[in-house]
Amino acid sequence: MQSLKRYDRDLVLKMYEGMLRIRLFELTQSKVFRAGEQEGFTHLSIGQEAVPTGVCLSLRPTDYITSTHRGHHHMIAKGGDFKPMMAELYGRTTGSCMGRSGSLHIADFGIGVLGANGIVGDGNPIAVGAAYSIKLRKSGQVVVSFFGDGASNQGTFHESINMAASWDLPVVFVCENNMMACGVRTAEVCKALTHLGDRAIGYGIPGFNIDGNDVVEVYETAKTAIERARRGEGPTLINCMTTRQHPHWEGDKDVRSREEVEEQLRRDAIATFENRMREAGLASDADFKDRRERIQKLVDEAVAFARSSPRVGPEDALKYVYAD
Amino acid sequence: MANLMYRDAINQAMIEEMRKDDKLFLIGYDVGKYGGEFQLSHDMVKEFGEDRVRDAPISEQAIVGCAIGAAITGCRVIADIPFSDFMAMCMDQLVNQAAKFYYMFAGQANVPVVIITAIGGYIQAGPQHSQSLEAWFTNTPGLKVVAPSTPHDAKGLLRTAIADPNPVVFVTHKALYAVKGEVPAGDYTIPLGAADVKRQGTDVTLITYSLMVHRALKVAERLAKDGISVEVLDLRSLVPLDKGAILASVKKTGRAVVVHEAPKSGGFGGEIAAIIAEEGFRDVKAPILRVGAKWAPLPFVSALENEILPSEADIESAVRATARA
Repeated sequence: MQSLKRYDRDLVLKMYEGMLRIRLFELTQSKVFRAGEQEGFTHLSIGQEAVPTGVCLSLRPTDYITSTHRGHHHMIAKGGDFKPMMAELYGRTTGSCMGRSGSLHIADFGIGVLGANGIVGDGNPIAVGAAYSIKLRKSGQVVVSFFGDGASNQGTFHESINMAASWDLPVVFVCENNMMACGVRTAEVCKALTHLGDRAIGYGIPGFNIDGNDVVEVYETAKTAIERARRGEGPTLINCMTTRQHPHWEGDKDVRSREEVEEQLRRDAIATFENRMREAGLASDADFKDRRERIQKLVDEAVAFARSSPRVGPEDALKYVYAD
Repeated sequence: MANLMYRDAINQAMIEEMRKDDKLFLIGYDVGKYGGEFQLSHDMVKEFGEDRVRDAPISEQAIVGCAIGAAITGCRVIADIPFSDFMAMCMDQLVNQAAKFYYMFAGQANVPVVIITAIGGYIQAGPQHSQSLEAWFTNTPGLKVVAPSTPHDAKGLLRTAIADPNPVVFVTHKALYAVKGEVPAGDYTIPLGAADVKRQGTDVTLITYSLMVHRALKVAERLAKDGISVEVLDLRSLVPLDKGAILASVKKTGRAVVVHEAPKSGGFGGEIAAIIAEEGFRDVKAPILRVGAKWAPLPFVSALENEILPSEADIESAVRATARA
């Protein structure tokens, strides 16, 4: 990991705050979900914060992203407001999808989030379509498709990247490689897991294998890829090695040993970044504490907002089946 | 009025809609220079260029996914999946994505995509190019399903389907593509969910759609000579379904036979029969009968295929049976 000394303090703090917003939202979500305050399932992104944070810093509000079943962090990084997000997780009328999506399919088209997705690998072709639309409309936007190492073995991965590469579409494929596909260690079902970026060669596009827990490395790589896409030069595949600190879904069992998870905690994106910031003299513990308190307050306000929002009633069940 | 082939009526509808909306594009393998597997997009690439008449790799999931992604970001899209059998390759994108977006995102995005796909046998294309899979789509809330039988209906319904803000599966039939019929000049549309009485009758209602409309009309003509007056109701669209027209016709005739080419068991005919039983029970004087394919995959050679697919004789004997009952 390189020193942060050559980076502007504001940018570094933005990276830190971006990751912290995700971490604190998710830790609170873990708590309220486990307390039984919400229905259904929730997949948390704790440990994977650096990937969308580093990527979305180079995106514009009008750019698009597609996301996955584990999608809270993507939405927060793209500028998602905690209140409608938390209200959606609580299934309230004030939620971003009025209680229809919950955690698995959360979306906010107003900020370019074309949906988290309950089907592993299905965001990739949709991202390709959004990129095709951008090209046809000559709108100058870019799409980022976030997906996991599990999705990299779906047919949609191949079909989508081949299509996007053939037509030089403005899309960046970001594999958030947490080395787990549901409850299976992906390395057991995928030979070159740590080198998924090498698959880019087969499509004739640039590919990278990077440390997905180093927000600066993610930022630099994604910035290059996004600029290239915006210039109309086509897609890039970025394989970001990261860590999933919680089980597949909150409350699920974990096949990994304690040692494996502890090894992941040593690579924690936020703790390591704090150390680097201290070493570079860019921030102190007081700066960290100040930001933690400020962001936690926003999360707590979002929970209060969600709890006090009206519940969705059965009279809404048949709305929005068809558009008029 | 022009006398056009079914496929040329579709071609005209696409061209006229694409002239009106430069954000509308067509995607599929072979749609460009080749002109479409069944020549639906003949010569269109010359007028609209490769970006709007987009030859795609043989990647059905990506074709339909691409259509969806473009549709939720400001475009309208027609996807050509030439055989309904190949819809199996992209059912996930259609059913799990396109059909769900408007609902699960609470109206934040709608999906104006039309997928044109041909059902049907009788052309000795074998088990993987002959199926009539339309019932698959009708059991998915969020999708609309259209199945026209004539060039006139194909053009009017396709224009409506393209303008519709929802995903529409536009079910054609391979054996209909070369069928000719009168098509009015200029702008006309046919609403989805409006059935059409293709022949008036008083004794038995034949309820059907797509190619089977033509078979039903032939049977009706033959039976008229024997004094049995058959009404042929062409559903034209399965979702939304014109329940009113079905119930009104059955009320008039008191007898119903439902015909489709798909296997009789589990087909859409069961839905029609159930609607009549539930909502028109007092109007029927005889058991509601269904005619459909026998329970087997469709083989290549005609001697076998014809044994499995419904014939005019099958339709005729069902009508005679219900007329006697």
